[in-house]
Amino acid sequence: MTAQNMPSGGRLRMAGFRERLADPKSQVPILVVLIVIAVLYAAFYNDLRQGVLRPIFEALPFPSTNVLIVMCYYGILALGLNIVVGFAGLLDLGYVAFYVFGAYTTAFLASPLHDLHVPWWIVVWVAVGIAALAGVLLGAPTLRLRGDYLAIVTLGFGQILPVLARNLDNINVDIGPIHLVDFNLTGGNIGVNPMDPPILPIAGPWGDELIFSNSNPVAAFYLVLVLLLLSFAICVRLRDSRLGRAWMAIREDETAAASMGINTVSTKLLAFGLGASFSGFTGAFFGAYSTAIFPESFNFAVSISILIMIVLGGMGSLRGVVLGAFVIRYLSDALLPYLGSFVDEPIRGLGNALPDIPILTQRLQEFHLTSYNFLLYGLILILMMLYRPEGLLPVATRKAELHGLGISEEVSLGTSDEVAEAATDEAAELQEIDLDEGLEPTTGEPKQPGAGP
Amino acid sequence: MNLGALLGRRRRQLVFLAVLVGILIAFRPSIPIWGGCTDNLNVCLNVVSIGLFQGMIVALIAIGYTLVYGILQLINFANGDVFMLGSVITLIGVEVAGLTSDSSAGSILIVFALLLPFTMVVTALLNASIERVIYRPLRRAPTVATLIAAIGMSFILQNIGILLNGPSPVSLPSLLPKDNVIGQGGLFEFGALEIKTSHIFVVLVTLPLLIGLSWFVRSTRQGKAMRATAQDRDAAGLMGIDVNRTISLTFLIAGALAGGAGLVVALYNGQAWWFYGTPFGLLAFTAAVFGGIGNLAGATLGGIVLGILISLNAYYIDTRWQDIIVFGILVLVLVFRPTGLLAAKLSERA
Repeated sequence: MTAQNMPSGGRLRMAGFRERLADPKSQVPILVVLIVIAVLYAAFYNDLRQGVLRPIFEALPFPSTNVLIVMCYYGILALGLNIVVGFAGLLDLGYVAFYVFGAYTTAFLASPLHDLHVPWWIVVWVAVGIAALAGVLLGAPTLRLRGDYLAIVTLGFGQILPVLARNLDNINVDIGPIHLVDFNLTGGNIGVNPMDPPILPIAGPWGDELIFSNSNPVAAFYLVLVLLLLSFAICVRLRDSRLGRAWMAIREDETAAASMGINTVSTKLLAFGLGASFSGFTGAFFGAYSTAIFPESFNFAVSISILIMIVLGGMGSLRGVVLGAFVIRYLSDALLPYLGSFVDEPIRGLGNALPDIPILTQRLQEFHLTSYNFLLYGLILILMMLYRPEGLLPVATRKAELHGLGISEEVSLGTSDEVAEAATDEAAELQEIDLDEGLEPTTGEPKQPGAGP
Repeated sequence: MNLGALLGRRRRQLVFLAVLVGILIAFRPSIPIWGGCTDNLNVCLNVVSIGLFQGMIVALIAIGYTLVYGILQLINFANGDVFMLGSVITLIGVEVAGLTSDSSAGSILIVFALLLPFTMVVTALLNASIERVIYRPLRRAPTVATLIAAIGMSFILQNIGILLNGPSPVSLPSLLPKDNVIGQGGLFEFGALEIKTSHIFVVLVTLPLLIGLSWFVRSTRQGKAMRATAQDRDAAGLMGIDVNRTISLTFLIAGALAGGAGLVVALYNGQAWWFYGTPFGLLAFTAAVFGGIGNLAGATLGGIVLGILISLNAYYIDTRWQDIIVFGILVLVLVFRPTGLLAAKLSERA
């Protein structure tokens, strides 16, 4: 069906772009069409909204260009987290820690805070590098940990870094040559505001120079779209690379992967580093686009919402996680406010009309659909885990693993016998997958164990 | 074992400890808490005692995490939010009963006596039904799947909190008198130690719960079943233990303790807010990990140590560093000593 789901083999030598366009199974044409639609939509959004299509745009929840931008940069974050969680199987609950690095690197280098104004086009690569370095540094202590302990340590980092960003605004150090008095490193609670937007010195209908910030959302959207496509392309190549296969081997069974000669230490560190580097893109873009960053923008909820995106889309599936990001951001930024504009008023009216019931009445009178955003997130997480743990657009192997072939990983952290038994089962399953080369993603029905050719 | 052998075996630790003490003494003025405490022991004692009371509340929530982890190897993220709902229920109960800060001590006591069991029963049933509806179908799924579902449940509970209590923090009337029980004007004086009625209230609720739980797990048939299930679920099932019932019971107990802690915090802090579940939950979870997750005594000890640390930090440094201290401890413990302070022997687990 897709390049992604093809069994590894000759396909990995990337075919030429033209051949892939001609390939009836390829999804590249669809992708191209989608990009063209997005580009045109953003270009003409304002005209359409003000012009002939105004009634349609007002009646239906079309996303504004700003919502599209948010969807895209969360798409990049989801792709980055997907490398750590989806490919390498390392549950990271503190992805926001890397995002902090990306955003604050941009803030340090391109804002009046330290009076540095490096062009954004250079800053973005520095941010990517620093975020990747942060990924390796924060990943290193967690290498020995597995499963939920790893999740908790990363959660700890995700909590610590935003607090550091908030608190490091009056540093007093007096050690040897370093002499700092009330040194303001991060801008503290009030954040960094303003920040330099990306600027290209091209004159045109937009003015003397092209500014990619919220003052010109169309240009900013094109920039983030390019970043998203770049990230996606990098992810595709990584997935099909030797490294990508090593990550998946570690995800399936770390011990077996190690005994096959995979260096688990460097492979895991690369997962953290490369995964984090994408948050450098987003951090640099987010700060420059909104021309300000605040420590509150980087909290646990951000880490979790990115996790929700990849769970929803399907861990390890590149199209899936981008779709997940789009769906979640569209839901909370466009659809919920839209629905709210219909239901909020009637529900508040109901609160006023009903006789006074202590708690209920007040809640109804203040009703705001958008404030129940996280209720939706919670429901999505639980329902997905109960009924479709492989996500909306899963990778074939994962789907088979979760449905047809039984669940292999960590049945329980029980006795060694149990683990051994689980390992044997797993080995048997792996064999089955090998025999069963046709694991076609198109077959909707899950395969039964032993139903090989 | 004689002292010499003990010293020999623990020499590395002793050297480490000696170096640590040396650093503490040498750099006394520049180490904030240490310098402050040694300058004025009386103030320090007060700060530590307040921390002790806070720590006992944290311990109640931490036990919820440790019990569930011991039996299911699941970090029940929703536990902190069950605690939060406990405090919201308390607030509603106080409103419904019409208590104000002028109410007579007798009526306040009666309402508390009714409200405490009510809150605990509600949160216990809530916690057990979460297990029944969500965690049980996922019991054979990868642990990560259950963890994610638990995070989802936590969000849902937070929104129930918003529904019940509104989006901003709500204050309770101050019901606990702030008179000194020990100290000036109290029963007796002990240095400059000041212990107020509200602190005594905390002890009166938390201590019986902690002792009762410990007795239950150690000495009853059901407690034995819990310990057996924690050790080996399948073997326990083969021995005729109803594993599902035991797990439900564990969630009931964890929920009841979280609810009790919710009531105490609502009255002690005088506030309830849907958001409190996350910081208290993470704090309590850190305490559980600190003490050695799966270990009851460890969770209690971890809670108390963390409570004291937080209190010292708030007085001598700044509350804004609290998260860094708490999560720094969490990360350090998990990375360097994942078994926690009291390394759990399997037989001690519950």
